[in-house]
Amino acid sequence: MAAATAACPECDAQVEIGDDAEVGEILSCPECGADLEIRGLAPARLDVAPPEEEDWGE
Amino acid sequence: MTPPRIGILCSRIRVEEKLLLQALRARGAEPERIDDDQVILEIRGRAGPGASNTGAAAAPGWDVVFDRSLSQSRALAALRILEAQGTATVNPALVVTTCGDKVATNAALARAGLPAPRTLVAFTPESALRAVEELGYPVVIKPPVGSWGRMVARINDRDAAEAILEHKASLGSSAHGIFYIQEHIDKPGRDIRSFVVGDETICAIYRHSEHWITNTARGGRTSNCPVTEEVDRLSRGAARAVGGGVVAVDLMEHPDGRLLIGEVNHTMEFRNSIEVTGVDIPGRLADHVLAVARRQAPAAVAP
Repeated sequence: MAAATAACPECDAQVEIGDDAEVGEILSCPECGADLEIRGLAPARLDVAPPEEEDWGE
Repeated sequence: MTPPRIGILCSRIRVEEKLLLQALRARGAEPERIDDDQVILEIRGRAGPGASNTGAAAAPGWDVVFDRSLSQSRALAALRILEAQGTATVNPALVVTTCGDKVATNAALARAGLPAPRTLVAFTPESALRAVEELGYPVVIKPPVGSWGRMVARINDRDAAEAILEHKASLGSSAHGIFYIQEHIDKPGRDIRSFVVGDETICAIYRHSEHWITNTARGGRTSNCPVTEEVDRLSRGAARAVGGGVVAVDLMEHPDGRLLIGEVNHTMEFRNSIEVTGVDIPGRLADHVLAVARRQAPAAVAP
Protein backbone atom coordinates (compact mmCIF):
# COMPACT_ATOMS: atom_id res chain seq x y z
CA MET A 1 0.00 0.00 0.00
CA ALA A 2 1.34 3.44 -0.87
CA ALA A 3 2.06 5.60 2.17
CA ALA A 4 -0.65 8.13 2.98
CA THR A 5 0.17 11.76 2.29
CA ALA A 6 -1.41 15.06 3.19
CA ALA A 7 -0.81 18.59 1.99
CA CYS A 8 1.38 20.88 4.08
CA PRO A 9 -0.82 23.87 5.04
CA GLU A 10 2.18 26.19 4.73
CA CYS A 11 3.71 25.26 1.36
CA ASP A 12 1.29 22.70 -0.11
CA ALA A 13 3.99 20.02 -0.41
CA GLN A 14 2.77 16.42 -0.05
CA VAL A 15 3.96 15.18 3.36
CA GLU A 16 4.24 11.45 3.92
CA ILE A 17 2.33 10.06 6.92
CA GLY A 18 3.80 6.81 8.27
CA ASP A 19 1.70 3.72 9.02
CA ASP A 20 2.35 4.09 12.76
CA ALA A 21 1.31 7.75 12.86
CA GLU A 22 -0.87 8.96 15.76
CA VAL A 23 -3.33 11.84 15.84
CA GLY A 24 -1.63 14.69 17.67
CA GLU A 25 1.82 13.72 16.43
CA ILE A 26 4.20 16.51 15.46
CA LEU A 27 6.08 16.35 12.14
CA SER A 28 8.27 18.73 10.19
CA CYS A 29 7.44 19.45 6.56
CA PRO A 30 10.43 18.15 4.56
CA GLU A 31 9.98 20.99 2.04
CA CYS A 32 9.47 24.12 4.13
CA GLY A 33 10.37 22.91 7.61
CA ALA A 34 7.11 24.06 9.23
CA ASP A 35 6.12 22.20 12.41
CA LEU A 36 2.91 20.34 11.64
CA GLU A 37 0.43 18.44 13.75
CA ILE A 38 -1.49 15.42 12.47
CA ARG A 39 -5.14 16.35 13.00
CA GLY A 40 -6.70 13.30 11.42
CA LEU A 41 -5.90 9.93 9.83
CA ALA A 42 -8.04 8.34 7.09
CA PRO A 43 -8.12 10.81 5.54
CA ALA A 44 -4.82 12.26 6.73
CA ARG A 45 -5.08 15.89 7.68
CA LEU A 46 -2.31 18.29 8.77
CA ASP A 47 -2.40 21.68 10.42
CA VAL A 48 0.29 24.05 11.60
CA ALA A 49 1.39 23.02 15.11
CA PRO A 50 0.51 25.63 17.72
CA PRO A 51 3.38 27.74 19.02
CA GLU A 52 5.06 26.99 22.34
CA GLU A 53 3.30 28.50 25.34
CA GLU A 54 4.82 30.06 28.42
CA ASP A 55 4.03 27.19 30.79
CA TRP A 56 5.25 24.45 28.46
CA GLY A 57 8.18 22.35 29.53
CA GLU A 58 9.28 19.10 31.01
CA MET B 1 -7.52 -10.59 34.03
CA THR B 2 -8.71 -7.37 32.42
CA PRO B 3 -5.90 -5.12 31.32
CA PRO B 4 -5.45 -2.03 33.49
CA ARG B 5 -7.17 1.09 32.27
CA ILE B 6 -4.44 3.59 31.50
CA GLY B 7 -4.97 7.17 30.41
CA ILE B 8 -2.17 9.29 28.98
CA LEU B 9 -2.77 13.00 29.40
CA CYS B 10 -1.03 14.77 26.56
CA SER B 11 -1.02 17.83 24.39
CA ARG B 12 1.02 16.59 21.44
CA ILE B 13 2.42 13.24 20.47
CA ARG B 14 6.15 13.84 20.39
CA VAL B 15 8.75 11.11 19.98
CA GLU B 16 8.54 10.47 23.75
CA GLU B 17 4.77 9.95 23.82
CA LYS B 18 4.92 7.73 20.77
CA LEU B 19 7.55 5.51 22.39
CA LEU B 20 5.52 5.37 25.62
CA LEU B 21 2.33 4.38 23.77
CA GLN B 22 4.27 1.66 21.94
CA ALA B 23 5.85 0.39 25.18
CA LEU B 24 2.48 0.22 26.94
CA ARG B 25 0.87 -1.59 24.00
CA ALA B 26 3.79 -4.05 23.87
CA ARG B 27 2.94 -4.90 27.50
CA GLY B 28 -0.67 -5.70 26.67
CA ALA B 29 -2.17 -2.40 27.81
CA GLU B 30 -4.51 -0.31 25.69
CA PRO B 31 -3.59 3.21 26.71
CA GLU B 32 -6.27 5.78 26.08
CA ARG B 33 -5.07 9.16 24.97
CA ILE B 34 -6.57 12.05 26.95
CA ASP B 35 -6.13 15.15 24.79
CA ASP B 36 -5.81 18.19 27.04
CA ASP B 37 -7.30 20.33 24.24
CA GLN B 38 -10.53 18.29 24.36
CA VAL B 39 -10.99 16.80 27.81
CA ILE B 40 -13.70 17.93 30.23
CA LEU B 41 -13.15 16.88 33.85
CA GLU B 42 -15.75 17.01 36.58
CA ILE B 43 -14.64 17.98 40.05
CA ARG B 44 -16.18 15.31 42.25
CA GLY B 45 -15.24 12.69 44.82
CA ARG B 46 -14.91 8.93 44.38
CA ALA B 47 -18.63 8.30 44.80
CA GLY B 48 -19.75 11.23 42.67
CA PRO B 49 -22.26 11.11 39.82
CA GLY B 50 -21.47 9.49 36.44
CA ALA B 51 -18.26 11.09 35.37
CA SER B 52 -17.78 12.84 32.14
CA ASN B 53 -14.07 12.41 31.77
CA THR B 54 -14.05 12.17 28.02
CA GLY B 55 -17.09 14.23 27.23
CA ALA B 56 -19.04 10.96 26.89
CA ALA B 57 -21.62 10.00 29.50
CA ALA B 58 -20.56 7.58 32.24
CA ALA B 59 -16.97 7.20 31.14
CA PRO B 60 -15.29 4.27 32.87
CA GLY B 61 -12.44 6.23 34.37
CA TRP B 62 -8.88 5.02 34.57
CA ASP B 63 -6.84 2.99 37.04
CA VAL B 64 -3.97 5.34 36.42
CA VAL B 65 -3.39 8.50 34.43
CA PHE B 66 0.11 9.16 33.16
CA ASP B 67 0.75 12.88 32.73
CA ARG B 68 2.69 13.78 29.60
CA SER B 69 1.07 17.17 29.05
CA LEU B 70 3.32 19.95 27.80
CA SER B 71 1.34 22.50 29.76
CA GLN B 72 2.18 22.48 33.40
CA SER B 73 -0.90 24.45 34.45
CA ARG B 74 -3.25 22.12 32.59
CA ALA B 75 -1.49 19.07 33.99
CA LEU B 76 -1.73 20.31 37.53
CA ALA B 77 -5.44 21.10 37.26
CA ALA B 78 -6.21 17.74 35.66
CA LEU B 79 -4.16 15.72 38.15
CA ARG B 80 -5.82 17.38 41.14
CA ILE B 81 -9.29 16.56 39.79
CA LEU B 82 -8.35 12.98 38.87
CA GLU B 83 -6.86 12.36 42.30
CA ALA B 84 -10.04 13.64 43.97
CA GLN B 85 -11.94 11.10 41.86
CA GLY B 86 -9.69 8.35 43.21
CA THR B 87 -7.53 7.89 40.12
CA ALA B 88 -3.86 7.09 40.65
CA THR B 89 -1.50 9.48 38.87
CA VAL B 90 2.05 9.42 37.55
CA ASN B 91 3.29 11.83 38.60
CA PRO B 92 1.02 12.95 41.43
CA ALA B 93 -0.07 16.58 41.54
CA LEU B 94 2.16 17.16 44.56
CA VAL B 95 5.25 16.19 42.56
CA VAL B 96 4.22 18.47 39.69
CA THR B 97 3.60 21.34 42.13
CA THR B 98 7.06 20.92 43.63
CA CYS B 99 9.00 20.32 40.40
CA GLY B 100 7.14 22.99 38.47
CA ASP B 101 8.28 25.80 40.72
CA LYS B 102 11.99 26.31 41.31
CA VAL B 103 11.37 27.89 44.71
CA ALA B 104 9.34 24.84 45.79
CA THR B 105 11.96 22.45 44.38
CA ASN B 106 14.84 24.16 46.11
CA ALA B 107 12.93 24.40 49.37
CA ALA B 108 12.20 20.65 49.22
CA LEU B 109 15.87 19.88 48.50
CA ALA B 110 16.97 22.16 51.35
CA ARG B 111 14.55 20.48 53.78
CA ALA B 112 16.00 17.12 52.80
CA GLY B 113 19.55 18.42 53.36
CA LEU B 114 20.53 17.90 49.72
CA PRO B 115 23.21 20.03 48.01
CA ALA B 116 22.08 22.75 45.58
CA PRO B 117 23.60 26.00 44.34
CA ARG B 118 23.25 28.88 46.78
CA THR B 119 20.00 30.65 45.93
CA LEU B 120 18.50 33.96 47.06
CA VAL B 121 14.95 35.10 46.41
CA ALA B 122 13.82 38.74 46.44
CA PHE B 123 10.60 40.47 45.43
CA THR B 124 11.58 43.90 44.14
CA PRO B 125 14.21 44.97 41.59
CA GLU B 126 16.01 46.95 44.33
CA SER B 127 16.28 44.07 46.78
CA ALA B 128 17.09 41.71 43.89
CA LEU B 129 20.05 43.90 42.97
CA ARG B 130 21.29 43.72 46.57
CA ALA B 131 20.90 39.93 46.44
CA VAL B 132 22.86 39.76 43.18
CA GLU B 133 25.70 41.80 44.69
CA GLU B 134 25.70 39.66 47.80
CA LEU B 135 26.17 36.48 45.74
CA GLY B 136 28.80 38.16 43.53
CA TYR B 137 29.10 38.03 39.74
CA PRO B 138 28.38 36.06 37.69
CA VAL B 139 24.93 35.05 38.91
CA VAL B 140 22.06 33.31 37.19
CA ILE B 141 18.51 34.65 37.29
CA LYS B 142 15.68 32.29 36.39
CA PRO B 143 11.91 32.63 36.29
CA PRO B 144 10.63 30.42 39.14
CA VAL B 145 8.27 28.71 36.68
CA GLY B 146 9.53 27.67 33.28
CA SER B 147 11.53 25.09 31.43
CA TRP B 148 13.81 24.45 28.49
CA GLY B 149 16.09 27.27 29.63
CA ARG B 150 13.57 29.97 28.74
CA MET B 151 14.42 33.45 30.04
CA VAL B 152 17.30 32.16 32.10
CA ALA B 153 19.96 34.85 32.26
CA ARG B 154 23.59 34.83 33.36
CA ILE B 155 24.55 38.23 34.69
CA ASN B 156 28.21 39.16 34.60
CA ASP B 157 28.21 42.70 35.99
CA ARG B 158 26.16 45.40 37.64
CA ASP B 159 25.18 47.10 34.37
CA ALA B 160 23.62 43.90 33.07
CA ALA B 161 21.98 43.23 36.45
CA GLU B 162 20.27 46.63 36.46
CA ALA B 163 19.09 46.21 32.87
CA ILE B 164 17.72 42.69 33.34
CA LEU B 165 15.99 43.47 36.62
CA GLU B 166 14.33 46.50 35.05
CA HIS B 167 13.21 44.44 32.06
CA LYS B 168 11.81 41.71 34.29
CA ALA B 169 9.94 44.23 36.41
CA SER B 170 8.32 45.63 33.26
CA LEU B 171 7.18 42.20 32.01
CA GLY B 172 4.17 42.64 34.23
CA SER B 173 3.46 39.03 35.13
CA SER B 174 3.58 38.50 38.87
CA ALA B 175 5.76 35.41 38.33
CA HIS B 176 8.52 37.70 37.05
CA GLY B 177 8.21 39.70 40.27
CA ILE B 178 9.78 36.80 42.14
CA PHE B 179 13.49 37.15 41.56
CA TYR B 180 15.19 33.76 41.82
CA ILE B 181 18.91 34.44 41.94
CA GLN B 182 21.43 31.65 41.98
CA GLU B 183 25.19 31.36 42.27
CA HIS B 184 26.66 30.55 38.86
CA ILE B 185 28.36 27.15 38.77
CA ASP B 186 31.32 27.04 36.41
CA LYS B 187 30.41 23.69 34.87
CA PRO B 188 33.00 21.73 32.87
CA GLY B 189 31.09 22.22 29.58
CA ARG B 190 28.54 19.65 30.61
CA ASP B 191 26.03 18.71 33.25
CA ILE B 192 24.44 15.44 34.29
CA ARG B 193 20.86 14.33 33.91
CA SER B 194 19.79 11.21 35.74
CA PHE B 195 16.53 9.31 35.38
CA VAL B 196 14.79 8.01 38.48
CA VAL B 197 11.92 5.54 38.27
CA GLY B 198 10.33 4.67 41.60
CA ASP B 199 13.35 4.42 43.89
CA GLU B 200 15.91 3.43 41.28
CA THR B 201 18.32 5.53 39.24
CA ILE B 202 17.96 3.71 35.92
CA CYS B 203 20.59 5.67 33.97
CA ALA B 204 22.26 9.03 33.53
CA ILE B 205 23.64 11.11 30.68
CA TYR B 206 26.07 13.96 30.28
CA ARG B 207 24.69 16.92 28.39
CA HIS B 208 27.55 18.69 26.64
CA SER B 209 27.37 22.20 25.33
CA GLU B 210 29.74 25.04 24.58
CA HIS B 211 26.93 27.28 25.81
CA TRP B 212 26.43 27.62 29.54
CA ILE B 213 22.82 26.48 29.10
CA THR B 214 23.10 22.72 28.52
CA ASN B 215 19.43 21.76 27.93
CA THR B 216 19.14 19.28 25.06
CA ALA B 217 16.08 21.31 24.04
CA ARG B 218 18.66 24.02 23.30
CA GLY B 219 20.86 21.81 21.16
CA GLY B 220 23.13 20.16 23.77
CA ARG B 221 24.84 16.85 22.84
CA THR B 222 24.51 13.76 25.06
CA SER B 223 26.73 10.86 26.14
CA ASN B 224 26.44 8.12 28.76
CA CYS B 225 27.25 9.02 32.37
CA PRO B 226 28.07 6.18 34.76
CA VAL B 227 25.66 6.03 37.70
CA THR B 228 28.18 6.40 40.51
CA GLU B 229 27.26 5.94 44.16
CA GLU B 230 27.03 9.73 44.54
CA VAL B 231 24.92 10.27 41.40
CA ASP B 232 22.60 7.52 42.59
CA ARG B 233 22.33 8.83 46.15
CA LEU B 234 21.62 12.43 45.09
CA SER B 235 19.23 11.40 42.32
CA ARG B 236 17.12 9.16 44.54
CA GLY B 237 17.31 11.72 47.34
CA ALA B 238 16.06 14.47 45.02
CA ALA B 239 13.25 12.25 43.72
CA ARG B 240 12.15 11.41 47.26
CA ALA B 241 12.36 15.08 48.29
CA VAL B 242 9.88 16.11 45.59
CA GLY B 243 7.52 13.23 46.32
CA GLY B 244 8.80 10.32 44.23
CA GLY B 245 7.34 9.03 40.97
CA VAL B 246 9.36 9.24 37.77
CA VAL B 247 11.64 12.25 37.46
CA ALA B 248 14.78 13.46 35.75
CA VAL B 249 17.32 15.13 37.99
CA ASP B 250 19.83 17.72 36.72
CA LEU B 251 23.17 17.62 38.51
CA MET B 252 26.02 20.10 38.17
CA GLU B 253 29.69 19.40 38.80
CA HIS B 254 31.17 22.20 40.93
CA PRO B 255 34.87 22.94 40.25
CA ASP B 256 35.61 21.92 43.88
CA GLY B 257 34.38 18.39 43.12
CA ARG B 258 30.93 18.55 44.72
CA LEU B 259 27.81 17.55 42.83
CA LEU B 260 24.91 19.98 43.16
CA ILE B 261 21.28 19.41 42.28
CA GLY B 262 19.93 21.92 39.77
CA GLU B 263 16.40 20.95 38.80
CA VAL B 264 14.03 18.04 39.06
CA ASN B 265 11.79 17.51 36.00
CA HIS B 266 8.43 15.79 36.25
CA THR B 267 7.61 15.07 32.57
CA MET B 268 11.05 14.35 31.28
CA GLU B 269 12.14 14.17 27.70
CA PHE B 270 14.34 11.21 26.94
CA ARG B 271 14.59 10.72 23.19
CA ASN B 272 18.31 11.61 23.21
CA SER B 273 19.10 9.38 26.18
CA ILE B 274 17.99 5.90 25.09
CA GLU B 275 20.71 5.10 22.60
CA VAL B 276 23.61 6.56 24.59
CA THR B 277 22.67 4.75 27.82
CA GLY B 278 21.38 1.53 26.24
CA VAL B 279 18.51 1.68 28.74
CA ASP B 280 14.94 1.21 27.53
CA ILE B 281 13.64 4.34 29.27
CA PRO B 282 10.12 4.23 27.78
CA GLY B 283 9.90 0.53 28.73
CA ARG B 284 10.90 1.29 32.32
CA LEU B 285 8.37 4.11 32.50
CA ALA B 286 5.65 1.85 31.10
CA ASP B 287 6.49 -0.84 33.69
CA HIS B 288 6.21 1.72 36.47
CA VAL B 289 2.86 3.03 35.23
CA LEU B 290 1.52 -0.54 34.97
CA ALA B 291 2.73 -1.34 38.49
CA VAL B 292 0.89 1.73 39.83
CA ALA B 293 -2.23 0.67 37.90
CA ARG B 294 -2.08 -2.84 39.37
CA ARG B 295 -1.79 -1.48 42.90
CA GLN B 296 -4.82 0.70 42.18
CA ALA B 297 -7.07 -1.83 40.43
CA PRO B 298 -8.52 -3.65 43.51
CA ALA B 299 -9.36 -0.35 45.19
CA ALA B 300 -11.17 0.79 42.06
CA VAL B 301 -13.84 -1.93 42.44
CA ALA B 302 -14.56 -1.04 46.07
CA PRO B 303 -17.57 1.24 46.56
